Amino acid sequence: MASQLLHAGFSAGLTFVLGASVLGVELRSQGVNTIVAVEGPMTWLWLGVAVVIVFFHQLFRPRIEALRRRTWGGSRFSLPPLLRNHAQRRLMIALVIGALLLFPFLAQRSAIDLATLTLIYVMLGLGLNVVVGLAGLLDLGYVGFYAVGAYTYALLNNYLGFSFWEALPLAGAVTALFGYLLGFPVLRLRGDYLAIVTLGFGEIIRILLNNWTELTGGPNGISRIPKPTLFNLEFSRRAEEGNIPFHEFFGIPYDPSYKVMYLYILALLLTLATVYVIYRLMRMPIGRAWEALREDDIACRSLGLNPTGIKLSAFTIGASFAGFAGAFFAARQGFISPESFTFIESAIVLAIVVLGGMGSQLGVILAAIAMTLLPEIAREFNEYRMLLFGLIMVMMMVWRPQGLLPLKRPQMELKRG
Amino acid sequence: MDELLYFLQQTINGLTIGSTYALIAIGYTMVYGIIGMINFAHGEIYMIGTYIAFIVITGLAMMGIDNTLFLIVAALLVSMIVASAHGFAVERVAYRPVRGSKRLIALISAIGMSIFLQNYMRLAQGSRDKAIPNLLPGGWEFGGKGFVVNLSYMQVIIFVVTLLSMGALALFISRSRLGRACRACSQDRGMANLLGINTDLVISMTFVIGAALAAVAGLLLGMYYGVVNPYIGFLAGLKAFTAAVLGGIGSIPGAMLGGLILGIAEALTGGYLSSEYKDVVAFGLLILILLFRPWGILGKPEVEKI
Repeated sequence: MASQLLHAGFSAGLTFVLGASVLGVELRSQGVNTIVAVEGPMTWLWLGVAVVIVFFHQLFRPRIEALRRRTWGGSRFSLPPLLRNHAQRRLMIALVIGALLLFPFLAQRSAIDLATLTLIYVMLGLGLNVVVGLAGLLDLGYVGFYAVGAYTYALLNNYLGFSFWEALPLAGAVTALFGYLLGFPVLRLRGDYLAIVTLGFGEIIRILLNNWTELTGGPNGISRIPKPTLFNLEFSRRAEEGNIPFHEFFGIPYDPSYKVMYLYILALLLTLATVYVIYRLMRMPIGRAWEALREDDIACRSLGLNPTGIKLSAFTIGASFAGFAGAFFAARQGFISPESFTFIESAIVLAIVVLGGMGSQLGVILAAIAMTLLPEIAREFNEYRMLLFGLIMVMMMVWRPQGLLPLKRPQMELKRG
Repeated sequence: MDELLYFLQQTINGLTIGSTYALIAIGYTMVYGIIGMINFAHGEIYMIGTYIAFIVITGLAMMGIDNTLFLIVAALLVSMIVASAHGFAVERVAYRPVRGSKRLIALISAIGMSIFLQNYMRLAQGSRDKAIPNLLPGGWEFGGKGFVVNLSYMQVIIFVVTLLSMGALALFISRSRLGRACRACSQDRGMANLLGINTDLVISMTFVIGAALAAVAGLLLGMYYGVVNPYIGFLAGLKAFTAAVLGGIGSIPGAMLGGLILGIAEALTGGYLSSEYKDVVAFGLLILILLFRPWGILGKPEVEKI
């Protein structure tokens, strides 16, 4: 009991030091001077409450854990199987897609806009899921590929006058090429080195975009990027020369929400295509090989698989999805600058993959929706978004590293005893 | 003559920055040497150390204390203690529970911790730059008619404090009981455990020592630049990691050497090419060294056992 008391006292003291040093006092700028302000009594009261909680939690930890083990009996939380057979699953998918297609005609403009943004993150999450979730390569520079896609469209349009539809496949191809060229040398590296090197690549791409002012406009970015058209029909009030606006073609009054709806539907189609392609890839030999390589590198090699080639394919394919998403992002925003492609974006997408369950498409989609919608629904929560993302990443790794909705495989287990 | 003096000036600046990188890099290299993970949140510990040092200096100055030496020593001690507490807590909360799992899981946990700490500081202290006045203005000037080399008192202090810290660390590792336990753990943790070394304690101490040295670097660089914001940890951490890899991760003399080389390389790029590409040099160097010599300058090639 004495050692338990000592341990609890130490933990409480540690909590106090951590809280008091950072939360209890604040550096404030006052004109040219900096002053230290001590926070009000409420902060200290909360800190006291936290210290007391930590003290008692640590004091009775063995008992709390025993109690928890007894009540939950070591059973693991898992979702009940919702859909039993293929027909049900197909019906469900058709219903969801139908609802998503109907959505823009019923919802408000801001909601549609938000849904489009969510879909971009879904695309990014699915693409990164190929690299991190399936192939097990931690790519911290994913946003670099996103930037390459966005700048490919913006630059092609700016200098060569390419339209969105002409530039979209090129953006995917150029990004895939980047993925291939960057992946080729680094994929020999071990997991955690790979993560740092990709982080470095992502930052280098951003710094180059920021400083190559003659080509990319530097920190000012590229503006006036045209929106996508529907068979050369434009969604603006007045079209560019030679084009016809959408509303004139159909003889209906101009409404700016058409553009928003069209962008949403486009994003939806791109996302569905991404989901489908990756779903098929996962069931092809190459997809199986990704997962096998993630699980056991040496076993793969001894079975005659070429690890570098397999890793490279995952890296390249994952990158190309970021390229498509980037080109669409550029078209939607109409303006891009290196500011949009910082490490934070990579971290957000990684948090989505981690939360969703590595390798699971449905999990990643739901996580992307949750991660983008939550801060928008609760505005005051926006301030704490990144804090929570970080916390979620740590907590998921500690408690549920396989994610909320991990990929399920048909499997049999021998009953013991 | 002027050319030479200009080169000398850049080298001095590079050594100044590089020695602080070396201090941060030791935290990476020690943790890697013992548990084989990249402590991604280490840069944030450095940032917290800088904040605490600023708070102490500003707070004491507000109380009317203007003895520079006392200010620096007090800031050093307090920020070392608080940063150590953070390093200790981070290991307990985010790393110990995932220690047995795959590398990727520990690394994601570390990245999450880094994002968490950065935003925690941003919410607690605000995202704007906070400045302190220069405590040690002035310095020595020497040189020819054209270009004058400037060696400020602050730079000398950085050298001296870094050297003292490194010396203390070397002494601790080579002479003390805990230092010997550290070395044993880095060679074979399982065996050390069997022989009665409390490996959990050693790992905690590694984080504490790394954090304390990062806090020293935080105070020194904070006083050198005079500003702090919640985002400085990311870049500093990456550069220190580069330094650790450059010298050979897991090797303490390697971290010192790597820090100095990186600092000089950066200063020379800044001085001769353009300061915008200073960060690119660090990343480029990191990528090159990882591609061609992943075990670094002083490290040993790692043999993967099956």
